[in-house]
Amino acid sequence: MDKKYLFKRNSVWWVKVAVPSKFREQFGFDLRQSTGEKDLDKALLMRDSIVSDLKSKFLGSNAEDKSTKDFLKKTDISDPQYFHKVVDCQYACPAHTNVPEYIRLIAQKKYTDAYMLNWESNVFPGILGRTCDRPCEPACRRTRTHDKPVAICRLKRVTYDNKGDIEDLIPETPKVKNGMKIALIGGGPASLTVARDLLPLGYDCTIFEKDSKPGGLMRTNIPSFRLPESVLDEEVYRIIKMGADLKTNSYIEDLEPLIKDFDAVFIGSGAPKGKDLNLPGREEAKENIHIGIDWLTSIAFEHTKEIGKKVLVIGGGNTAMDCCRSAVRLGAKEVKVTVRSPFNKMKASDWEIEEAMEEGIPILDNTSPKEFLLDEKGKLCGMKFDKMIMKDIDGSSKLVPSGEEVVYECDDVLLAIGQDNAFPWIRKDIGIEFGEWDMPIVDKTTMQSSHPKVFFGGDAAWGPENIIWAVSHGHQAAISIDNFCSNVDLNLRPDPITNLVSQKMGIHEWSYDNDISQAKRFEVPHADLSKALDDLKMEVELGFDEKLALEEAQRCLNCDMQTVFEEDLCIECDACVDICPTDCINFIDNDTEQEIRGKLRVPALNLDQSLYVSGELKTKRRMVKDEDMCVHCGLCAERCPTGAWDMKKHKYIEGHTLNNKIKVKEVA
Amino acid sequence: MSFIKPINHHPRLEQNKLGLTRRDYEGAISTLCAGCGHDSISACIIEACFQLNIEAYKVAKLSGIGCSSKAPAYFLNQSHGFNSVHGRMPSVATGANCANGDLLYLGISGDGDSASIGIGQFIHAIRRQINMVYFVENNGTYGLTKGQFSATNDLESKNKYGEDNLFKPIDLASMAIQLGASYVARSFSGDRDQLIPLIKGAIQHKGFALLDIISPCVTFNNHDSSTKSYDYIRNHNEAVGKTDFVPLGEEITTSYKSGSSVEVNLHDGSKIALEKVNSKFDPTNPGNSLSYIREKSEEGKLLTGLLYFDESSEDLHETLNLTKTPLNQLKQGELCPGEKTLEKINESLS
Repeated sequence: MDKKYLFKRNSVWWVKVAVPSKFREQFGFDLRQSTGEKDLDKALLMRDSIVSDLKSKFLGSNAEDKSTKDFLKKTDISDPQYFHKVVDCQYACPAHTNVPEYIRLIAQKKYTDAYMLNWESNVFPGILGRTCDRPCEPACRRTRTHDKPVAICRLKRVTYDNKGDIEDLIPETPKVKNGMKIALIGGGPASLTVARDLLPLGYDCTIFEKDSKPGGLMRTNIPSFRLPESVLDEEVYRIIKMGADLKTNSYIEDLEPLIKDFDAVFIGSGAPKGKDLNLPGREEAKENIHIGIDWLTSIAFEHTKEIGKKVLVIGGGNTAMDCCRSAVRLGAKEVKVTVRSPFNKMKASDWEIEEAMEEGIPILDNTSPKEFLLDEKGKLCGMKFDKMIMKDIDGSSKLVPSGEEVVYECDDVLLAIGQDNAFPWIRKDIGIEFGEWDMPIVDKTTMQSSHPKVFFGGDAAWGPENIIWAVSHGHQAAISIDNFCSNVDLNLRPDPITNLVSQKMGIHEWSYDNDISQAKRFEVPHADLSKALDDLKMEVELGFDEKLALEEAQRCLNCDMQTVFEEDLCIECDACVDICPTDCINFIDNDTEQEIRGKLRVPALNLDQSLYVSGELKTKRRMVKDEDMCVHCGLCAERCPTGAWDMKKHKYIEGHTLNNKIKVKEVA
Repeated sequence: MSFIKPINHHPRLEQNKLGLTRRDYEGAISTLCAGCGHDSISACIIEACFQLNIEAYKVAKLSGIGCSSKAPAYFLNQSHGFNSVHGRMPSVATGANCANGDLLYLGISGDGDSASIGIGQFIHAIRRQINMVYFVENNGTYGLTKGQFSATNDLESKNKYGEDNLFKPIDLASMAIQLGASYVARSFSGDRDQLIPLIKGAIQHKGFALLDIISPCVTFNNHDSSTKSYDYIRNHNEAVGKTDFVPLGEEITTSYKSGSSVEVNLHDGSKIALEKVNSKFDPTNPGNSLSYIREKSEEGKLLTGLLYFDESSEDLHETLNLTKTPLNQLKQGELCPGEKTLEKINESLS
């Protein structure tokens, strides 16, 4: 299906339009707007009008006057975002982890260094290496130049599995505190990230956790066959050990006293309320109907140890996949997953669906729950479903009952149909405004609520996302809290730390390896299924061993090795044009971006990817390189007689609290 | 870092009628100096063959000795090739052409190989009208032996070490016109828009086609006092006009001012269209071409483009009435006409 302009975030379809270079200062690289639709067909219907709306923002002005065509301007590579965007994986990562660099460190067997590089930006490499939603992988350049992306997520796990002792590498918390007290509500990834970022600066951080152990949904909702407890404990307690004051079994009944007692409050309490399904029979059969996330939590804390023989899981997201696989391990003999939508529109990640199916669990799609059925004793004995069908209604395809009904027997039902936020402990009169769906109003950049001392992050801010987004929110909230406590404007964000260094070592000598493996993506080995299904705690994925890890690492295209062009040195000999294996480089008369994109050796049709444009050359032409398909092999620089091309490593570290201090000092 | 060209290519790379991309016409990765004009010429040959849907196995690449003569390794790696003795490529081409007229012969030579050691061979190949494309990758210097002047170097030019050139240059294009070559063009390796149509025209032309291509030597002859540097050629290049190659069955879409354009039909039905910039220039009149080249040369300009053509001349095969079937495909019956025929011949001699 043509998904042009569309992309999916948190299972909702968004529209994204590339901004021509002329307007980038004003609008950034692209304009995005949510369709609000989870259904692709509905999103497709809304797409065109949103695209033209977005485009009118920047096209309106130049449509009338053709005499002053907006010719391409020289690319400003001093803008750190230009080359950052070329590193697709890093740009797509909410925490902007420097992926190519850690993969290179793996290739050099420097696992500890690779782990620490991850730890700096995403805080939980061992956990994320097993459970991340991996927005980096669909973005991977290899999906365009070859076939499947580099297994970035599982290589992250390799850094955890092979690292050495890192205790000496963890930043020390100063003995003398700065006198500021921060309350962190919820012991999940967002709060832990805030604590990690603020502790080394001398903040006093207190974490309030409602359960007996910290970790949030990472502990309660991710089964240990996907994330072993030892990995979770190591990375969570590392932050506690840095000096956070952890208060477990401390459910906050009322936020107000904390606001008074602390200098700032961060709310990272997640989206803890599983949705219910109010159908006939729900009340009568409540003994055997369980809310998925609560049920997973009670397994995690070993309160639940068994389940009926026949289990139905309602829902098509990742929680449903975790529920069905947990049920099998608790001894259920017949587990079925029912999904209202067609199979290809399920919300769960592809790999989670695959793993459930490999364990022999059928997924019944187009099956919408209708009624809980009871036997003569009043106990749950099955469920009635409507079979659904896609129908064209008023020009849009909609999912409607086909008329056919099916009944599945069951002893227990697990509901995994979504989560809501719930803040019963925040009174409405204390200055925190709530908007649509009772969600707090939170600033997208600063994470500040309408109460200046209160910050939100993770699922608590805008509803269910995934761990890596919680980490990203935590970083930003930590910067804001640091600014807030230092009386600095919250909108003064620290600049990213960047560096651009030539990799040329001598004739034919470059300090990076461009011998890219043409191999297909390597599969991660799995434990023996018959054993894994009997043991709730046995990790199913074994992770790459060293040999596989090194081979997979060799598939990375080194997108951070940037092709940097100096027009003053160019003699226009065309050597780079001839050698470029993917026909990216052009020497062409200047024109508008649209014209140029059409006139290149291979037209540049991927508008998400930038054109790299030089200044005017001696023949009045310009060098225009389409970043889309560049494989960063470095042959343009290798074949350039004058050094007009160079391969330079672009290091990009997202601004964080540690370099924020510099700015604070300057302002103070 | 290793010096390897990745095998993957752009997924939307254009395909020709044979279903091939231009990457399929490449050769080994070049070992010439980075920025060498010869590599640009190789790339233009690749592009021309790609656009003309040429089957690589129907091409023979012939060369002598020199930087230029290494170049056939860097394009059409599925074609036939013969790397001959210094200056002797034309003899090999003559023999190969007589034995098999079906192949496309691409002779790759340089200014040393053609204007010095092989000049006698060069002259006779033209005189005999061998049906081939003869590329002179002309950089005005002996690059392989560290930059001595070659016979095509201009009088006022200095070498890299500051020494003056004491002799006048040989102009291979003028020489070829005088000797009766039926397609003579001059171009510049840095101007692929001009060069590619000229190569395509030369490939489709029947008879001897000379392409004298100025190809700067980045290592030994690209300095300020050189007359064959990228900068010098860009500043002194004067094209006779814009040349278009129009394949068989396609219309000429560019409109030219009346009287300024010349069209010529090639033997396969394709056309070459030339938009002249000067009405004094007539590329079908050898005397006119020669005097125009000389006139521009005296003005300090290098005249480029299609300088002369004559599509009516006959090639070596026609002159010698050679068999149209390649020798390796002749059967016993055709080679040995039998006893009766022999008797007839003997009788006719008695």
